Formats: sequence, structure tokens, C-alpha cells
Amino acid sequence: MPLVKAGRIVDDPYVRALDDAPIPDGVPVIVPGPRFLADASELVARDAPVGVLWPNDRRAAELEPWLGDLALIALVFPKFRDGRAYSQARLLRERYGFRGELRATGEVLRDQFQFLIRAGFDAFEVKKQADARVFTEAAARFSVFYQPSTDGRLPALRHRLRGGGPAVKARETL
Amino acid sequence: MYLYDDLDRTLVAERVAEFRDQVARRLSGELTEDEFKPLRLMNGVYLQLHAYMLRTAIPYGTLSSAQMRMLAHVARRYDRGYGHFTTRQNIQYHWIKLAELPDAMADLASVGMHGMQTSGNCVRNITTDQWAGVAPDEIEDPRVWAEIVRQHVTLHPEFSFLPRKFKIAVGASSHDRAALRIHDLALRLYRNGAGELGFEAMVGGGLGRTPFLAKTIKPFLHKRDILSYVEAVLRTYNEFGRRDNIYKARIKILVHELGAEAFAKEVEAEWQNIKDGTLALDPGAFADIASRFHYPAYERLDDSPRELTDARRADRLFDSWIGNSVIDHKVPGYAIVTLSLKPEGGTPGDATAEQMDAIADLADRYSFGEIRVGHEQNLVLPHVARRDLLPLWRALDAIGVATPNVGLVSDIISCPGLDYCSLANARSIPIAQEITRRFRDHNLARELGRLHVNISGCINACGHHHVGHIGILGVEKNGEEFYQISLGGKGDEDAKLGTLLGPAVPYAQVADVIEDIVAAYVELRERPDELFIDTVKRTGIEPFKERVYAAR
Amino acid sequence: MTSPLEQKIKITGPIVVTANRVGDGAVVYRRADGDWTTQLDQAAVTADAAAAREMVQAAVADDLRAVGSYIAPVTLTRDGGVRPGNLRERIRLAGPTIDFPGAARDPAQTGKQAAHVSLR
Repeated sequence: MPLVKAGRIVDDPYVRALDDAPIPDGVPVIVPGPRFLADASELVARDAPVGVLWPNDRRAAELEPWLGDLALIALVFPKFRDGRAYSQARLLRERYGFRGELRATGEVLRDQFQFLIRAGFDAFEVKKQADARVFTEAAARFSVFYQPSTDGRLPALRHRLRGGGPAVKARETL
Repeated sequence: MYLYDDLDRTLVAERVAEFRDQVARRLSGELTEDEFKPLRLMNGVYLQLHAYMLRTAIPYGTLSSAQMRMLAHVARRYDRGYGHFTTRQNIQYHWIKLAELPDAMADLASVGMHGMQTSGNCVRNITTDQWAGVAPDEIEDPRVWAEIVRQHVTLHPEFSFLPRKFKIAVGASSHDRAALRIHDLALRLYRNGAGELGFEAMVGGGLGRTPFLAKTIKPFLHKRDILSYVEAVLRTYNEFGRRDNIYKARIKILVHELGAEAFAKEVEAEWQNIKDGTLALDPGAFADIASRFHYPAYERLDDSPRELTDARRADRLFDSWIGNSVIDHKVPGYAIVTLSLKPEGGTPGDATAEQMDAIADLADRYSFGEIRVGHEQNLVLPHVARRDLLPLWRALDAIGVATPNVGLVSDIISCPGLDYCSLANARSIPIAQEITRRFRDHNLARELGRLHVNISGCINACGHHHVGHIGILGVEKNGEEFYQISLGGKGDEDAKLGTLLGPAVPYAQVADVIEDIVAAYVELRERPDELFIDTVKRTGIEPFKERVYAAR
Repeated sequence: MTSPLEQKIKITGPIVVTANRVGDGAVVYRRADGDWTTQLDQAAVTADAAAAREMVQAAVADDLRAVGSYIAPVTLTRDGGVRPGNLRERIRLAGPTIDFPGAARDPAQTGKQAAHVSLR
């Protein structure tokens, strides 16, 4: 499953250490939520970056104590129709101020890219190779948005109050 | 009405371009139906019994004449010459080809119309009172608030994949004409004891398999807090709504299972985090949206013009229509005119392209170019000068939309049913048609008074049968169509779910049963002006039940 | 007429496989050669459960041309004709049982037993 970051397909530096698999030294690792919480202080003391794969049916708030130590949080879309991770993402970014990599996993299709970006994701395990390749184009499909959101684009309302003109990115996104 | 600007138009145009690409990928096989289905649903494209169905949003039921002409054009060019106005102030086309949908949507986009949010697990068309902005009993135009909320929830990045659909209604008068309490979230604008204007927020209403009426979770919300509160409700629903069972996924189930109080607490906790953030509505933002609502330059007119009184005296039919279809306007000299889309033998809510074009012209001539769509599936011309009522009536009568049956027994609300809909168990339209024939005598219908008949072809209740004075639900028994009859439902501020009358009745007997129910009412009522619904409330359903089932 | 979307597959008589054509949503029936037709009498008919299962599985996989495939009952007439087996299928084949708006209407008509009459 190709990983897309900054609009390009990249190699994934992270290793998934699921269940009881031993955690390799010196490499970035992603650990499932319950396992992370059980061994948190050890894991964050490692030399290499640590990330957590957080289930979509637990509150993101549980990770708050660790946000400064986590390099990555991977959230889950079991089916793309299951939109709970959008709320988790926004809370992590906007309420708890998480600055690390926020990765979308599970069933990630091109038609969700813009929703995902606007919710605060900056890395995407894309289900289909073809979708990964057209990421930049698909992500740029809409230029006008009604709501304020994490990606910093001004909502339509703010644009109008500033005096019109097409909506522009308030800061660089990916 | 709200005037789209470049930003609104760009958003819609980009959406059409995206859908065009998605259709191409579906037709080429790049997208499977499983992948395509939620995408087409997000644009209001359903697959029904015979064809695709396009549902186009009519935000809070307000149309310009230019938009109505475009609806006529789409009916003519891409469909079979007609459209169906729904119980949620939308329009449906039943025969559109998938390959032509992007073109139809581009045409609609050119007048600021679209099918976004008319389907799928997102926030749907926000509905309100079809007399918004002109009703005398209204506090403030609820459509401005509906638009503020609409913009916020359209393509919302966090709330486009909710557990299930989410329907919002906004009201602003003491008499509820928007059926607030059958919505997932209802916002009622009112003035509190301290004289402040704000909203009562109610959640968890909905019909269907498990009907519920909405419960108040926030008695008073300041106007500035409306978006943050809506956000808190949606976020709570997104996080905790059930996703294991589509029949248990609406917010009404969550509210029921948690309890309204516990649910309110969750929302409140979330809301406290965000209420003073970017979603707090500042006066500038409100003023901007409000400024895009244009109201007519009303003249100073006589409220009882001589030509009107004379004409009423001279023409019994005209007088009867005035008494039935014309309501007082908040501006003297003007009137609110309802156009009945319930002719004898017709399909409730349907209009031909010719009718739509004619109505657009009449709107330009007599209603400052504005038309409304009501959830009762009738149309409204909201700004008619009383001195113009006679020529208007003649023109409406000529195109068949002046049946003086508004609010009466033959003004039936009905879903499309098994003639069109793949979810249906039984037909609804022929039932409605036959009832209109039985009650074709307008004097009789007027004599019976306000009487709402609602018909649904399946348990999904798109005909709102639970809140009909007489509710009819089509079911299937051994391959035959049967109908459950209920009495005593109400969809207004005194909302109530109807009570089942007795065993289901076969297709051929339904109209007879309705006649028996009406006959029972006439016998039982204390005075001629005791409404059907009040008689039922007073006597209960037993006397009706006896009468209906005695000979069956 | 319980929506087939909710039905368990049960074969108690002759059936066909039916769906909607992708391009225009028209009602179509699966033919023996795997193609689709709008003509019911050209449809492949079977009363054998295994054959039916195979047919519907192949139809479901034919996602490019038809969507929502399912098994629908039919009745066979004495002269070898194929008729829809319930009201839902009659309506799917013949169209709505009511006139479209704008069609000429006979005011003398009452209580049309539309279940037994096809209007198209």
C-alpha cells in the first residue's frame, strides 16, 4: 500500500510492531494503541521515533500526555464510510496541538483526500496505486471551502469579509 | 432569497467537475459500484426501480424563477418532462441516465443548484417553513439561519461520513410549519423571558422503523453560538453513533440509548471546548450572509382592494380558492398564495415542465420572481399583491394548480412508493389518487376542514405517515399490498405519533376505509368546526375502529 | 414485494437474474450467453438452485454493465412465455402503474385496479 507524503509516493521508514512482535532497536516503529499505553514510558525513551496506531473507537484525548513524545499517530478508516477518525484528527491537531505526522490508514481512497487534508492528516497509506499517483491533482480539486479547518485555508465567509477574490491557501500545505 | 456569489458558484462547479470524473471512472470500470455508490449518493444520485434518480436540493425551499425554469429544462431535456417535489423541500427526477448526469448537474450549477448533501451519510437539506420571511407570526426569517448552517455543514471535512444521514430543520414562529420535532436536530428561534432572541435546540427526532420525537437538550442558545453548538452535536454523533447496524445508526437511537440528559451532557462538554473559538458567529459574519438575502421592494397597497372584494362576490369558485389557498402576509396589501400540486387523480407533488415554466413566469409577474416549496409537496408564491389575485388565479387554474384543497383531505402527502422506489413494499400514489377521487367534491372537503392524510410505501416513512392525522403505511402480506391505518398523528408544535387503528387493509379497500373514517368523524364531532384531529384526540380511536372494522 | 435487498435467496420455482443497466439504470435480465437484455422473454430461466446461484454470482461480478443483480421469480405461461412473478417485478418490467403527469386523464375512471392492468 503506497505511502504518500508531501504529494509524493515515498518509502515508509516506519516498521509496524503489532501484537507481541519484538520491537527492533534503532528504527522508527508504529505500535498499536493498547500496547503503546502499556509500555509508554519505555517506548518514548527509545532512540528512534515511535508512533502509535490508534483505534477509531477510543478517544484521542487518551494520547494527550504523550503527544510531545510521539513522532507519528496513525488513525484508522476500517471502511472509508466510517468517519470517526476525522474527528480524532481534528481534535489531535486543533485541540491538543499535535505536530507530528498524522497518518491515515485503512481504506483510503482518492475521493477522501481533500477531506483528510482539511482534517489535519499529512500522510496517507493509500489503498490504490492509481490513487496515490494522482494525489496532488485529486487533493487540489476544490479551491473554495465554507468551513475553517486545520489546513489553514480561509473559509468562504472570511474571504468575503476581506473583499472577495478566489480562496487561497493561507499557508503551505503539503 | 439568497444570492450566490462567485465563491458559492465555484464550489458547486468544482463539485460537478469532480462528479464528471467519477462517472467517467465508473463507466470505464476504474471504480466499482461499491466504490462509486457512496460518491454518487453524495451528489444525490440514487438507483431506483427503473432508472437513476437525481435529487436536487432546494435550500430551505426557496427558488428563483430562473431556477424554476432550469428545473423545467432538466425535466424536459434529461427526464420525461416532469419532476417530483418531496417532503424535504427537494425535487426528484426519476429517469435520468448516468452518463447524462454530469451535464444535467452542470446545467443546474449554472443557476446555483446542486444535489450535494441530498443523500448519503452527511447533513442533508436544511428545511424550514415555506412561509419564511413573509408569515405574520414569525419572529425573524429562519432562512438566514438555515443558510448560515448550510454553508457550515456543506462538504464539512469532519462530518461527511457520519454514521447515517442527518436532517436539520429551522423554525421561527410559534406555530411550527417545518415539522421540527421529526428532525435529527431542530433549531427553533424564539424570544426568551429576558427578551433575548435565541434558539431552542432539540435532537433525536425521526420517523421510519423506530419513530421518535425530538427532545430539547438546550433550552436557550445565543445566536452567536449556533455553529459551535451544531458542531458539538455533530461531533458527538460522529464519535458515538452506532455503526454496527444501519437501522440503529441515526442519532435518535443514540439519544434514546444514552438518554436525552446524558446526551445533552456530552454535547455540552464538547461545546464548552469550542464555543469561544473560530465558530463563534460575529455580527460581521451574520450581516454578510443576511445581506445576501434580498427582500422585495413592497409597495404600499390597500389590504382590501375593491377589485378583490368585487371579484369574490361575483365568482364563487374564485372566492372558494381565496378562502382556501390564500393566507395573510405580514405586509399589508400582500398575500401568500399556495399552489396545490394535488389535483384530482394526480400524483401528489408532481409538476410538468410546462407547469414549472408557467409558474416561473407567474412568479416573475406576480411574486417578485420567487417561489417556495413546502414539505406538504405544494408550491407557494410568497409575495402576491392582493389586487393581482384574480388574474393570478385564472392563470393558475389554467395550468391546473389552483385546486382549492390545501390542507384538506385531498391534499395528500405521499412518497413515490412502489411505482418508483426500490425500497418500497407497496404502492402509494394510486392510493392517493383514489382518495382524491372520492373527495373530489370541494364543498364536502371544505366542510370536513383541515385533515392531513400521509401515505408511505414502506417503513422508511418518507411520506411522514406517523405524523398524519390519518397515516397510511403500505406493507406486503403474502405477495399482496396491504395498508396499516393510523389516526391522530401531528407534525406541528404539538407533535404526536399516530395510533394504529387495527389490522392492515387490502389495497382495494383503502379508499373505502378512509371514507368510513371520515364518516365516523362527521358523526362524532361535537360541532362542525371541531377539527378531525381534535375529535380523534377527544374520543380516542375506538369509535373509529368500530366503524371501520364492523363490516370487515 | 419485500425489497429483494432484504431477502434471503430462496428458490421455489423458476427464476431469472435481473439488475439495472449501469448507463441508464434500465431494468435488464441476464441471458444465457452472459449478456443483458431488456426483454424478459430472452432471459435465462432456471429452477435449479445451484444454477441460479452461479448465474447471480456471475451477474454481480459483471459490475461494469449492470448493478444490483438479484434473483427474481417468474411464472411460465403455457405457450412458453415468461412473466414477472410478483407485483414488484411487473412494475419493473412495465413501468409505473400510473400515468405520468400531463398524460390525458379520464375523469370517469374510478378505483383502477392497477395491479391487474399494465398502463404501458
